[in-house]
Amino acid sequence: MRARYLGIAAIVVYCLAPFYWMLVSSLRRTNDIFDSSPWPSPLSFESYTAAFAPGNGFLRALLNSFIVAGVTTALVLLFATLAAYALARVEFRFKNAVLALIIATSMFPGISLLVPLLRLFSDIGWINTYQAMIVPNMGAVLPLAVWNLTAFFRQMPHELEEAAQIDGCTQGQAFIRVILPVAAPGVFTTAIITFIAAWNEFIIALSVVNRQELKTAPVITSQFTGTSRFDSPFGTQMAAGVIVTIPLVILVLLFQRRIVAGLTAGGVK
Amino acid sequence: MGKHGLVVRISAAASALVLGVSGCGSESANPDSPSPPALAGVGPITLVTGKDFSGNLQHQLDEWNGQHPDQPVQLIELPENADAQRQQMVQNAQTRSDAYTVLNLDVVWTAEFAANQWVVQLPEAEFPLGSLVPATVDTARYFKRLYAVPMNSDGGLLYYRKDLLDAAGLTAPKTWSEMSADCAKVLPANPGVSCYAGQFEKYEGLTVNFAEAVHSAGGSVVGEDGKPTVNTEAARRGLSFLVDGVRTGEIPQKARTFKEEESRRAFQAGELLFQRQWPYQYAKAQATDGSSAVAGKFGVATLPGLSGPGVSSLGGHNLAVSAFAKNKRSGLELIKFLTGEQQQRANLEKTSQAPSWASLYDEPALVARFPYLTELKKSILGAKRRPAVVKYQEVSVAIQEAAYGAMSGTTGVDQALATLQGKLDALTR
Amino acid sequence: MTRRGSGRLAAGLVSPTLVVLALVVAYPVISAVRLAFYRREDGIDPETGLIRAGERFVGLDNFAEMFGGDSTGRFLDALANTTTFTLAGVSLEVVLGVLMALVMHRAFRGRALVRASILVPWAVPTAIAGLLWRWVFQADGVANDLLPGPPVLWTTDGFQAWVAVVVADTWKTAPFIGLLVLAGLQVIPNEIHEAARLDGATGWRAFFSITLPLVKPTLLVAVLFRVLDTLRMFDLPYTLIGPGKEATDTVTVLAFEEAVTFGRFGPASAYAVTLFAYVAVVAFVFVRLLGADVLGSRR
Repeated sequence: MRARYLGIAAIVVYCLAPFYWMLVSSLRRTNDIFDSSPWPSPLSFESYTAAFAPGNGFLRALLNSFIVAGVTTALVLLFATLAAYALARVEFRFKNAVLALIIATSMFPGISLLVPLLRLFSDIGWINTYQAMIVPNMGAVLPLAVWNLTAFFRQMPHELEEAAQIDGCTQGQAFIRVILPVAAPGVFTTAIITFIAAWNEFIIALSVVNRQELKTAPVITSQFTGTSRFDSPFGTQMAAGVIVTIPLVILVLLFQRRIVAGLTAGGVK
Repeated sequence: MGKHGLVVRISAAASALVLGVSGCGSESANPDSPSPPALAGVGPITLVTGKDFSGNLQHQLDEWNGQHPDQPVQLIELPENADAQRQQMVQNAQTRSDAYTVLNLDVVWTAEFAANQWVVQLPEAEFPLGSLVPATVDTARYFKRLYAVPMNSDGGLLYYRKDLLDAAGLTAPKTWSEMSADCAKVLPANPGVSCYAGQFEKYEGLTVNFAEAVHSAGGSVVGEDGKPTVNTEAARRGLSFLVDGVRTGEIPQKARTFKEEESRRAFQAGELLFQRQWPYQYAKAQATDGSSAVAGKFGVATLPGLSGPGVSSLGGHNLAVSAFAKNKRSGLELIKFLTGEQQQRANLEKTSQAPSWASLYDEPALVARFPYLTELKKSILGAKRRPAVVKYQEVSVAIQEAAYGAMSGTTGVDQALATLQGKLDALTR
Repeated sequence: MTRRGSGRLAAGLVSPTLVVLALVVAYPVISAVRLAFYRREDGIDPETGLIRAGERFVGLDNFAEMFGGDSTGRFLDALANTTTFTLAGVSLEVVLGVLMALVMHRAFRGRALVRASILVPWAVPTAIAGLLWRWVFQADGVANDLLPGPPVLWTTDGFQAWVAVVVADTWKTAPFIGLLVLAGLQVIPNEIHEAARLDGATGWRAFFSITLPLVKPTLLVAVLFRVLDTLRMFDLPYTLIGPGKEATDTVTVLAFEEAVTFGRFGPASAYAVTLFAYVAVVAFVFVRLLGADVLGSRR
């Protein structure tokens, strides 16, 4: 039993230590940033003040991240639910081919899509717009979302729908009234995974936007230059890193049960 | 790029000159220089620059904004790393974004940005080019046309621990062998201090340091005729200075992870006896707020060389106007403002950056305040440019590959240089 | 409902997804494949020094250069790194991930907190993780403070840089595997464990003979996703070690360097297309030989 608790402790330390180090570094004074003591002394919020200095536009960047990740999540859920329902519940030819095609799109290296995308967006005037970040994000997450939700819908007993249809519902009504509520945990998990993926997206956001007021938080963080004369931006970056990560940590803390349960893909089994 | 980039034009003249050695001489009114198109557009603009080490740039822009409320300028700072800065500016051009108006270009980027028409040609008559350090104006020209105006110059200096040398009765070394000898005398009594470091991470700074070593040994990277000359005895001696330094431990191993800021931290922490660095470090290392352990204990000199004083790589930045900006006229006016004598003087006084305005280096009051100005002027006047080629990035990466491999001990000096010569031949063919 | 009607319904439901994918994946892919056979003009006008605009068709030149030209050495290095990162990284992740899942699966006090902490690395944005690990692994960073012996120069080219990338990647993604395996574990009915216990199967024997086979379908799919991801690894080698290092450049780093640093879109696309072929083959092997049930059609 003791061995098991030791194992658990080791795992927790392994997972949290680097994050803890980020936190500690962010709480040091700029001049002590190279200290290696396990806790900050003296404690200082200098780096946080610096991260939120008006010139950095960090607050605006956080808002942008919420807009991009939020809209991406909403649209992906809508599109993926429709597609997954069709793939799981509607009989049509080429069904497996369509699913395979959708999954296959996630195999092409994202980096190499960048150049054609940049050219396309330059030509249609999408540079420095939200949609230039949102649509590629959707493309990146949709395959996983469709795959995940398809697995979910498949596991629901056909009798559910049949019963609803006997009660006079159309297939669409049956979907909304019966299937969707039962599938809620799966939809929820997909939402969280989508949100995290969109929140963390970096390369596209870095490339299609260069107006300061449209940049997302990870991009702004990577471009911090330090605010004062003697500031190595490490502390500021670590502080911003902590802030960017915290919404996700809160999500994970609140919904860890849901995330795990959702991934079991078997709520009604 | 974009639409016209997609047009496939099969050109018969594919073998045209790739090496565009720009401007020859500093004559400002060049008779055969075609006049540039007039620049129009007045209104809000942006100034895009690498990390403003000094913190003074915003003050200068505030002053501009006070005088020009109808055309305010917003400062956009890019990361410290020069390669990352260039990437952002290239991307701005490739996406034809109007987010950037005035670009603060590293001197080595002029050829690439001009040849790709990412920046516009500037009217020479509007700038007091004759008052600027001639070598810096050369870096702003491409094919005899002016594409940028020097904002500040830069030359490498040898920072040394005056306290330690004085204690041993030594003065700043003029040659590499003197430097080694000094280290042999001083270091045994000072554990934790290493002999020498520059910027040796695999990035643009390594190209600068490699070129300095080769030039300081009497060689060159690219000859007068534009042909690469790295497979020579002089280049071998130059690279050997760096390689032997690492092998014997005179250059500490961790210097291979140094960019400007890492090496500055090492010097300020008192870990180095000698260091090659830009002038910006002077003010920071003199700081008495506890961030520098060497304040008041160091001096600067020109770089040492093989058999006499060494040769610095010419650094610095030029201001150019993005071809995709809306308010180009305002951009041009901002360049005039920042490169004028008044702002150049104010900037030197507030920071320790090398001005492009020539007369400032000799003003007694300024020299008294910044004792390194005399050394810096020598360094800049004697400095050699890095190759001025359109494919500069590829040239620079090839150089980094050779120098990094040799300094890590994975390739021999001879082999590294032979390979480099082959690559540069191909790139400048 | 008629067959034809349901076909139309399905088309309507699937088309929004397909439209998005066509715009941001299919179009760029086709464009990239086309680019792989072109090269930028690089001649300059001898009068003005301006670069001639345009591209020219070069056939298979870009590929020939990778497999027997100037860039062969770099490409083969990168291919080897891509492969070893995937093999080493994913193996470590599977072992750690399964261990994590087993620990999380049992009931104990504070399980919710442990679970949440295991999810933290997964939630940290990759770009931020890159900064964090660079901070940890720099010459005077905490990794060297904790390790005995002389400081290791993690970010210089060499085996240690490779190790640094694997460590960072494993930290970030082992929890994801753990999560999926845990999901698999939780659908195993408790009776099976009970039955095994009654049969006298305990500890590791129970794990290998009962748990692992039951988790295998989930694990295979999880591993497939990770393998595909790791084969395309970019952020960590690029931000943690930096480009141009023999020991850590991956094929995507080469492609990015060619495209963004040098503006040579042709060779960049050729790298990408080759990598895509490699990824496709690996995916095929997984699905066919190992029976990873990606489409879920056998459920």
